[in-house]
Amino acid sequence: MLKKRIIPCLDVNKGRTVKGINFKNLVDAGDPAEQAKIYSEEGADEITFLDITATSDGREAMVSVIKKTSNECFVPLTVGGGVRSVEDIKKFLLAGADKVSINSAAITNPDLISQGANIFGNQCIVVAIDAKKNGDKWEVYSHGGRTNSLINAVEWSGFVESKGAGEILLTSMDRDGTKSGFDIELLKQITEKVKIPVVASGGVGKLEHLSEGIILGGASAVLAASVFHFKTFSITEAKNHLQSRKIPVRMDY
Amino acid sequence: MNIVSIVDYGSGNLRSVYNAVKQLLNKHTFCSNVKVTNNIKELNESSHFILPGVGSFKGCIKGFYSNPGLFECLEDNVINKKKAFLGICVGMQMLAQRGFEGGKSKGFGWIDGDVQLFSLKDKSLKIPHIGWNSLSFNNQHPFIGFWKKNSRMNLNKEINAYFVHSYIFKEKLKKNQLLLSNYGHDFTAMVGKENILGTQFHPEKSQKFGLDFLSAFLNWDSRL
Repeated sequence: MLKKRIIPCLDVNKGRTVKGINFKNLVDAGDPAEQAKIYSEEGADEITFLDITATSDGREAMVSVIKKTSNECFVPLTVGGGVRSVEDIKKFLLAGADKVSINSAAITNPDLISQGANIFGNQCIVVAIDAKKNGDKWEVYSHGGRTNSLINAVEWSGFVESKGAGEILLTSMDRDGTKSGFDIELLKQITEKVKIPVVASGGVGKLEHLSEGIILGGASAVLAASVFHFKTFSITEAKNHLQSRKIPVRMDY
Repeated sequence: MNIVSIVDYGSGNLRSVYNAVKQLLNKHTFCSNVKVTNNIKELNESSHFILPGVGSFKGCIKGFYSNPGLFECLEDNVINKKKAFLGICVGMQMLAQRGFEGGKSKGFGWIDGDVQLFSLKDKSLKIPHIGWNSLSFNNQHPFIGFWKKNSRMNLNKEINAYFVHSYIFKEKLKKNQLLLSNYGHDFTAMVGKENILGTQFHPEKSQKFGLDFLSAFLNWDSRL
C-alpha cells in the first residue's frame, strides 16, 4: 500500500539552515546537510530545501548543499527557491536533487513547466503554489508572497497539471506561521481538482493537523518546517500519530 | 573483485546512484570500483552494470541510442557474457519490447513485455505514483535467494521502497515477476530473467532497504 509522506522542509540562506518566524529575525541554525541526515534517520520520507534568498549566489550555495546531502542521505530530495530556467533545474538535478520546485517562474513563464517536464520528466517538476484567500476565492501569490498574480488558485492547479507538473506543493499563506492547521477547504478543492499528488504546507502547529491534512484535505504528503526545527515534535512522533489515525506510513527506517 | 559501471547515456539521476554505490564500496561489498561511463573499453572491463533512467521511455531510448556502439557493447556483456545487470526505473522499463510513453517506441526486448500507463479504476488514486510502497516477494530467482541469505534486514517484515512513475512493466511471462507492489492493483516492482534484473523502485533513494538491495546486487555473481 502506498504510504502518506512526511516531509520536513529546511529553509536555507547562503548555504546555512536558518530558523525564524515568517522569514524574520533569522538565526543561523547549522549545516543543512547534517540536519537532513538527522531527519532521514528519524524517518523523513523526503526532504525539501527552500532557498529563501533565491539569488544567484544563493543558488550556487544550494548546489553545494544538495551535493553534500546526496552523498550521505538516500531519500528523495526536493529543492526550490529562485528556479527560473531549464538551466537552473538541470543544475539542481545534476547535483543530486530528485525534484525541483518552481514558484514565481511558473507564473511569469508557464512554459518552463512543460519544458522542464519534457526534458527531465514530469516526476521531477513540482509547482509550488502560494495561495491566499481574498473574498470568496484563493489567489496565487509570487515572489515570496509579495506579488498577487490575481490568478485563481484552484484553476491554476488544473493548469499547471495540464502543463506537465508531476506534483503540487500547496502553501496557504493565511495559515503559514500561525500554527492553526492547514487550510482544509483550499486543500480539498485542489486535491479534488487535480490527478497529481498534492503536498500540503503552511500552518502545522500540532500533530492533529498532519492527519487532518491527509484525511480531510486529501493530501498525499504533509510538509512542515518550524515544528520540526523547533522540536515541537519529532518526525517519529508525527509518524506514530498518523499510524494511530490508521493512515499508512513507512515505519521500516 | 567486482567492478561496477553505471551506464552514462545522458539521462538518469546518475549522481544519486553513484553516491549510493560509493557509500557501499567503503563498507561490506566485494566490489572494488565504480565508474560512471559510456566508454566501451571501461564497460567491457566491468563485471556489473547499472542502467538508471528518469524521464520518459522515448526520451531515454533516444538518448541511449545516440551513443554509438553502446547497445552492442551492453548486449555482448549482458546477453552473451551473462554479466550482472540492473536497470532502475525507466532503465528497467527499457528492457521491454515496447514502451508507449511519449509515443510508441522500441525497447531492448531483453524481457518479453510492454510498458504501459497505469490503468486505475479508482479515480481518487493520484498519478504519478509517488512515494513509499510496500513490496511482496513473488517468484523465486537466484538473485532473490542470494539477497535473502545475505540481507542485513528482516525481509519477512514489511519492506517499503520509493517509487516515482506513471508507467508500469507488463511482462508476458509471470515467472519474470520477482517483486510486486500494489497501487489500485498489483504491479511489477522488480523483474528478473537470468542475469538481467530491473526495479521499478529507486533503490538509491530507498534508504536502508535500498542500500541493502544494492549491496546484494554488487556482491551477486550472476554466473553461478
